[in-house]
Amino acid sequence: MLHGHQTWEFFHQPVILATGVVGGPMEAQGPLAKDFDILHGDLWLGQDSYEKAEKKMLEQACEKAIEKAGLKKEDIQFFLSGDLMNQIISSSFCARTLGAPYLGLFGACSTSMEGLALASLIIDSQCARYVLCGTASHNASVEKQFRYPTEYGGQKPPSAQWTVTGAGTAVVGAEGEGPRVKAATIGRVVDMAIADPFNMGAAMAPAAVDTIEAHFRDMNTSPADYDLIATGDLGQIGHHIAKDLLKKHGFDMGDTFTDCGLLIYSKDQKNVLLAGASGAGCSASVAYGHILNRMRKGELNKVMIVATGALLSPISFQQNETIPCIAHAVVIENVR
Amino acid sequence: MSDKKKKKLTPTQQEYHIFAKGREPKRPVFLNCVRAFLVGGSICLLGQLIQLFYMTYFDFTEKTAGDPTVATLVFISTLLTGLGVYDHLAQWAGAGSAVPVTGFANSIASAAIEHRSEGFVLGVGGNMFKLAGSVIVFGVFSAFVVALLKTLFMKLGGV
Repeated sequence: MLHGHQTWEFFHQPVILATGVVGGPMEAQGPLAKDFDILHGDLWLGQDSYEKAEKKMLEQACEKAIEKAGLKKEDIQFFLSGDLMNQIISSSFCARTLGAPYLGLFGACSTSMEGLALASLIIDSQCARYVLCGTASHNASVEKQFRYPTEYGGQKPPSAQWTVTGAGTAVVGAEGEGPRVKAATIGRVVDMAIADPFNMGAAMAPAAVDTIEAHFRDMNTSPADYDLIATGDLGQIGHHIAKDLLKKHGFDMGDTFTDCGLLIYSKDQKNVLLAGASGAGCSASVAYGHILNRMRKGELNKVMIVATGALLSPISFQQNETIPCIAHAVVIENVR
Repeated sequence: MSDKKKKKLTPTQQEYHIFAKGREPKRPVFLNCVRAFLVGGSICLLGQLIQLFYMTYFDFTEKTAGDPTVATLVFISTLLTGLGVYDHLAQWAGAGSAVPVTGFANSIASAAIEHRSEGFVLGVGGNMFKLAGSVIVFGVFSAFVVALLKTLFMKLGGV
């Protein structure tokens, strides 16, 4: 049901039955390693290309989520997925393996919450019993597509971010045990004319702020109503900007405001990783792994996840276009 | 961002640029220059030593020792790229490892490695000069222009 301008409130409260989270070698060294279902020490995953490795990760995350939900592949009625590759090949090829009816999504790094919002909408409108949604990113395949070759010796500025090698999927169902999806706010594209692809945090922060404010306005809530508000991959700079922007607009976020891109790696890793983590797999693996695990333990009860995406292409950047950005927010709550 | 570009921004965007700028870490320009000087200089020193080595132990003169010296540096750089070391060195050294011939070798080798999965013809062959190509194109072109100017100058009775 539409609530306010751009927020869906889910009357039937779809349940996140299970999640599957897969990570790579850098993620295995990070502080959230125990929240991953499968961790790979090898960036290749035994495949002969990084693109195939990314697809493999997504497949494994799907299998894991379906298995943990106690379901079979055939029970999944719809599969919603997207990634950062051209023509979202990882998702489509994974859907080929799954064999479930499939809708491909593209929201760059915001795809994780775009998928969860749409999956919840499908469940809430009683158009399916089980929907699987997810996304993945692989450091080497994404860098190959958007930046320079991985072994190229170009110095990255301190505002650059590190693409997460990870996949996260969730099985959303109409009934069962688990945290419930209460609402979702669909963001609009915000472009503050930042053109530097090595400064994604500053580009995406206004989009995150726009969606968070829209959510508070539509649902008539305030930051104090949430145990945790986590943005997707703003990194240090973007997080700092978003926090100050929200404060300027009258929302004091306090300690409950964090960013998935700051959680996934440890401080010692940050010397290499510069401003933090990014990538579609960042918000997916942190939200579906770490944050949902904390909810299941009862440490958190009401959480808003705001996945942020930079909607640029390597060509648009070369043609001096600025970076349009988007953010989608989903509210997940433990209902007793 | 240049002033010309700034004029096209809306007032809100301009305000945000100032707001964001104050929250971004400054690039350590001076430190980068020092590192680039040290590493770039060390690479050149190594080149000098290699040149002396070829002149002392082989039948090369100061003029002819240049070719095997460059080949040796290119070999070392390509090897370090393949072993995954060069990009880490470059993150620390910046221009110091990008400007010498080793940086040029790295740009070719890294692109070749990156596109190996697309095969030898369309992958390695087609993408190897993805980064180095513009250096070759504009390098050759500017050499041509300089040569043309020099010829004209000489024909007009220059020194």
